[in-house]
Amino acid sequence: MSEGLVLPVAKQPHEHYLNATYGIRSWLLTTDHKRIALLYLASVTFFFFIGGFFATLIRIHLLTPAGALVSPETYNKLFTMHGVAMIFFFLIPSIPAVLGNFLIPLMIGAKDLAFPKLNLLSWYIYLVGGAFVLYSFSTGGLDTGWTFYTPLSSIYSNSAVTPAVLGIFINGFSSILTGLNFVVTIHTMRAPGMTWFRLPLFVWAHYATSLIMILGTPVLAITLLLVGLERMLHLGFFNPALGGDPILFQHLFWFYSHPAVYIMVLPAMGVVSEIIPALARKPIFGYSFIAGSSIAIAVIGFLVWAHHMFVTGESTYAALAFSFLSYLVAIPSAVKVFNWTSTLYKGAISWDTPMIYALGFIGLFLIGGLTGLFLACLGIVIHVHDTYFVVAHFHYIMVGGAVMGYVGGLHFWWPKITGKMYPEAISRLAAIILFVGFNLTFFPQFILGYLGMPRRYHSYPPEFQVLNVLSTAGASILALGYLLPMAYLIWSMRYGEAAGPNPWPATGLEWQTDSPPPTENFHVTPVVTWEPYDFKSRPDLGLAAGAQPLAPAHGDD
Amino acid sequence: MHRTGELYGQFETLEQQKETATLGMWIFLVTEVLFFGGLFLTYTINRHYYFTAFGVGGNMLDLTMGTANTFVLIASSFTMAMSVWTAQTSRKNLLPIFLMLTLILGGVFLGIKYVEYKQKYDHHLIPGPSFDITYRINHPARGDNPKELAAERQEIGEALRTEDPENPQGALVALNAHTQLYFSLYFAMTGLHALHMVVGAGLLIWLFTESLKGRFSTSYYTPVETVGLYWHFVDIVWIYLFALLYLINRHLG
Repeated sequence: MSEGLVLPVAKQPHEHYLNATYGIRSWLLTTDHKRIALLYLASVTFFFFIGGFFATLIRIHLLTPAGALVSPETYNKLFTMHGVAMIFFFLIPSIPAVLGNFLIPLMIGAKDLAFPKLNLLSWYIYLVGGAFVLYSFSTGGLDTGWTFYTPLSSIYSNSAVTPAVLGIFINGFSSILTGLNFVVTIHTMRAPGMTWFRLPLFVWAHYATSLIMILGTPVLAITLLLVGLERMLHLGFFNPALGGDPILFQHLFWFYSHPAVYIMVLPAMGVVSEIIPALARKPIFGYSFIAGSSIAIAVIGFLVWAHHMFVTGESTYAALAFSFLSYLVAIPSAVKVFNWTSTLYKGAISWDTPMIYALGFIGLFLIGGLTGLFLACLGIVIHVHDTYFVVAHFHYIMVGGAVMGYVGGLHFWWPKITGKMYPEAISRLAAIILFVGFNLTFFPQFILGYLGMPRRYHSYPPEFQVLNVLSTAGASILALGYLLPMAYLIWSMRYGEAAGPNPWPATGLEWQTDSPPPTENFHVTPVVTWEPYDFKSRPDLGLAAGAQPLAPAHGDD
Repeated sequence: MHRTGELYGQFETLEQQKETATLGMWIFLVTEVLFFGGLFLTYTINRHYYFTAFGVGGNMLDLTMGTANTFVLIASSFTMAMSVWTAQTSRKNLLPIFLMLTLILGGVFLGIKYVEYKQKYDHHLIPGPSFDITYRINHPARGDNPKELAAERQEIGEALRTEDPENPQGALVALNAHTQLYFSLYFAMTGLHALHMVVGAGLLIWLFTESLKGRFSTSYYTPVETVGLYWHFVDIVWIYLFALLYLINRHLG
């Protein structure tokens, strides 16, 4: 928190959603979106550590050129299970199901999501899907790569593919129902005065994300169902020996799995769009452009899938079209980066922990995004296809982007979720450790890939060892960067200072209610009469006391 | 969230609640379109690859039963629409009758589908090691219509000549494999559709028991309407399935 800011003495409300009822049943049968968010928080953290465990083994194994730890077969399983756990059970649900679930009703001034029971059902579906996948991991593992390419996955693999594809199929419905719930909620549950263009950008980002969940996930579901049927009943949908088409599988798979990247990163962009105006004390620059670019990313994101298949022998004309469309996604992405930067310009920036994460996001997303342009270029991609360059690129987006956004968002809304502040000094340190560790882990992989080290290989030529050791060293720092927040956030739930309703202060409706909020979110239904991120017309925020000079507004705000 | 009468606690008004439920069902149906869409795409592409074999497969389906089922479902859509109307107009005595009629028609559809599946099983048309498109013409059963068998023999013979006149043995192996692909898709598509029918039947049973308690009326009929949307959607999927699977390249008589 910024020094010198005059705030009323913070205290916890007597009754809130955490202490309204007690007992295990009151949690497992809750329909309160805030409690369901916390159930998700616990379960995605569990899968994060499972995925992280496999990542650790991968990095230890790659310390030596011949492979230090496991057999080649086991190595295949390690990177597959890392990918499956992280993508389907951590990254995709992380921000939407935890922060989105908690915040969307609060941000739009609703008492809950449109379908609270469906929300709880989504969590149980997630658990059932997760159980199937854990069963696969513990009974033979999974070695197909997270992409499940046929006919490897449907015929040749000897690992436990069937329970894994069924688990992801089941989990897909959790994602679909969450997306459905969000879209309907945003349409019909907004408080009086909360017009579409007064919605926080976090909500716009989740609306775009939900569109992808609704339109993409069913296609993955049916595709993996067909793979499961093919494997169990020896059918031939994607098996060339029986007349099926394996390339068709790749089209269907990437039709979901490319937009899925935007399921991961769009919500993180939403988080950054909230943190930056709040901690730069300035209205966001170009509100409508940021809102629109979220929708544009979701729409164009559906039209680029075949750039994953440039080397499968697709026609030159198709490749040209998909290359062009892939370049096109860069435009709305860059719009966001420029607008965040313009918001920071002449802002009264406070270096709170969420701001460090937000700035980290911008830098890492920029690198991830620009290297994405390398990969959209039909000439370069042939050189770097299936190398560590690709691995580094998507980790910059998924970890540098999505996970930074997620952890930053957890810090930003932690006072709202728990009513307690996290410890500031150590959390700033942890954010910096995370940033340094991340870059040390993944930047060397760009070089490795450019020099030609293929991904998914269990061994490598000796001249690549230095870069691999650097990457493994970075991974240990990165691990510390994750364990620290985990430890002090849990600590702060008991020992942290009471946060008060609006510690930053920020402009969103979620900051108008108690921290932690009451079960029904607001004591009286709020009526919105102000524009989003407008600090000037909000004397209620305590900023007009003159303690914190307001930066002049710029641009179209 | 607590419920006051039919109004759930997260909503301000019954109107908002109705709008929300209806929008939710429409969006769910959009996801269903994409879900079936993956299958329709797989079917269409393979139909394009193996036009002859898929024609042979399509001609092996029982057009009479398929047509009968189409009429049964269209009739059930009518009774479903009547259910919504009786609920909207508070005709509380008629509503359970129309719901029950819809349920019975759904049951008839599934019954006919079962007979069809059983017939395919008897003809060795279930994908797997024993799949054999020539099984029926080589092992005629007692009740088989000789004209039908002759037509099927001619159909397969023509397909083999189209595929590879030089090598009828190799052509038969390929034709068998590709027709098996047709039947894999046939069972996946109609099976998934039947599963949706079963879910719909479960929803109708629930509506039926609630309607007996007189729960639905002009002021509250949202569940009847949303289940109705679902039911009509499942019917429409069948109309497409019927046209794609039974009617393309059909040789009558």
